[in-house]
Amino acid sequence: MSKGRFGKYGGQYVPEIVMPVLTELEAAYEKYKNDPEFLAELRKYYVEYAGRPTLLYYAEKLTKHYGGAKIFLKREDLLHTGAHKINNALGQVLLAKRMGKNRVIAETGAGQHGVATATVAALFGMECKVFMGAVDMERQKLNVFRMKLLGAEVVPVTTGTSTLKDATSEAIRYWAAHIEDTHYIIGSAVGPHPYPTMVRDFQSVIGREIREQIKEETGGRLDYLIACVGGGSNAIGTFYEFRNDQSVKKFGVEAAGRGPAVGDNAQTLSNPASRPGVLHGAYSYLAQDEDGQVIEVYSISAGLDYPGVGPEHAMFHEEGVVKYVGINDKEAIDAFQLLCREEGIIPAVESSHALAYLEKLMPNTKKDEVVVVTLSGRGDKDVQQVAKVLGEEI
Amino acid sequence: MSRLQDKFNELQSAHKKGLVIYLTAGIPDANGTLEAVKTAVDNGADVIELGIPFSDPMADGPVIQSASYKAIQKGMTLKKVLELVREIRKFSQVPILGMGYINVMLNYGFEKLAVDAKTAGLDGFIIPDVPHEESGDMKRVCKEQGLHLVEFVTPGTTDQRISETCTTADGFIYCVSVNGVTGVRKIDYSPINKVIEHVKKQTDTPCAVGFGIGSPEAAVDAAQKADAVIMGSAVVRLVMENKLDEAGKLIGDIRHALDKKVN
Repeated sequence: MSKGRFGKYGGQYVPEIVMPVLTELEAAYEKYKNDPEFLAELRKYYVEYAGRPTLLYYAEKLTKHYGGAKIFLKREDLLHTGAHKINNALGQVLLAKRMGKNRVIAETGAGQHGVATATVAALFGMECKVFMGAVDMERQKLNVFRMKLLGAEVVPVTTGTSTLKDATSEAIRYWAAHIEDTHYIIGSAVGPHPYPTMVRDFQSVIGREIREQIKEETGGRLDYLIACVGGGSNAIGTFYEFRNDQSVKKFGVEAAGRGPAVGDNAQTLSNPASRPGVLHGAYSYLAQDEDGQVIEVYSISAGLDYPGVGPEHAMFHEEGVVKYVGINDKEAIDAFQLLCREEGIIPAVESSHALAYLEKLMPNTKKDEVVVVTLSGRGDKDVQQVAKVLGEEI
Repeated sequence: MSRLQDKFNELQSAHKKGLVIYLTAGIPDANGTLEAVKTAVDNGADVIELGIPFSDPMADGPVIQSASYKAIQKGMTLKKVLELVREIRKFSQVPILGMGYINVMLNYGFEKLAVDAKTAGLDGFIIPDVPHEESGDMKRVCKEQGLHLVEFVTPGTTDQRISETCTTADGFIYCVSVNGVTGVRKIDYSPINKVIEHVKKQTDTPCAVGFGIGSPEAAVDAAQKADAVIMGSAVVRLVMENKLDEAGKLIGDIRHALDKKVN
């Protein structure tokens, strides 16, 4: 029987070689996910190392700018390494340690997850290999060097389109050959069971904190949640806690890139042309051509240009739990600049997609309403690219 | 009896080991694939695995990845693979299995695929990213059309999973020799031999060993406990380089070595 389904999505579409290690991982996760000692250790690293809880910040000037609902930002950008990715990397490395693995591997697109994995590997004295498309390595030189500084080996992937999807396939191939001593830290809520569940659980701390913090800020009033979606880990972490709160309208923002044509965007759920398929072990929505070949998608944000999406998002999409929408490159860059100027916060280009949705949402909101945007990461890594887009030389 | 079962029965009666040859459809091009199949059969291949190209072949090593990528660039699709099977049937009754990843099949539609495959003359499928747990739907449509759906065991497959696989095993059991992906390398076949011994106690379905085999010596070594060996990357590399004669010679040498060893 198929395991790890979200409605009809999910599953374990992997080579037989990988099945024993997925079973081992599932057993370990089941054993430790409610284990007080495991949770206490994770909590300790969240608090003392990563910097949790992150602030829920009332963006007063941005609120005034729009003149509608009160806007709060969930500041995952303030975490160590600069993005929410560390929540998951810490959870998985603690699990890997308990499973007796001494090597971790990861795939990375923009490099944020690679940096998070290299960071926890350094912290726990594990060997670390990060698979990264050769094209992405060229685009993200700074993060490549950060990973090297942290002691990780960055393995260039030159197969296929030399981007994130190919790096993921290569990580799976390497894992298949080294299952004995290696744990694969998948960076998003994608992949075969138990990954989508496990990554969601480690990221759900975002939503749980929002629930607590909003009580203090507004007495619990919350009307809208917005988060960006590539594979969808910060979004699932934001939404999961509120999945049954029908009064909270949830928006998952995908990258609409430079237009609606095939290959010009990274929209899997908000694009009427995309349909379900299987990539990297899970049945979910997938950007593919008419022959079922996975297409190379595009976004200005390297963290959002993945052709698949987590299977739980596919279910939320079909059940209407979350509304998935698209924001294009220009809208994201405008929002990036707006937050810099209004609030003195430089957001990641990924997160800027979530912020940009405020332009569309805010005119329809009332002053007594409350919106929370998850700011999944900080934008230091993006300033060079943004400068280029704006025609500035730095 | 299917073409595949007939072939394995024939091999068994003759006390011969089977030779399964993998070729990526569309390499070097559509016509070249037909030539390659002809060459393989003429040099002693018993079964052909026809690779259906996919953009993200996660169980394959560099050679088949590259072949798959090139075949897509040249416009090879699942529909065209079935057309190739029709063409092959004009000159050969060799058992042919379509080897490909699930997304391409899902996209085509399982029911329609099974009907069209049967009509074209295909004998079944091998789907490396569909483990036993996920095989239900494909298994059903294949059964309806009298097509085989090959399942896998590996050195790490647990006893319980081996038993489950043996219960529904069909055509042959693909015994993956080593943890990793396809591609020629030196392999210790003793772990998979242990698994094969275990499988043999539970089913009469033939066992074919694959991954890593690139020479007559390796083929003989791999065939100790199994009923057949599967060779892919070594042949595909030569076909990709337009060295069909060399590919034919390699297949012939392996055929010879396997036959000599047994007799």
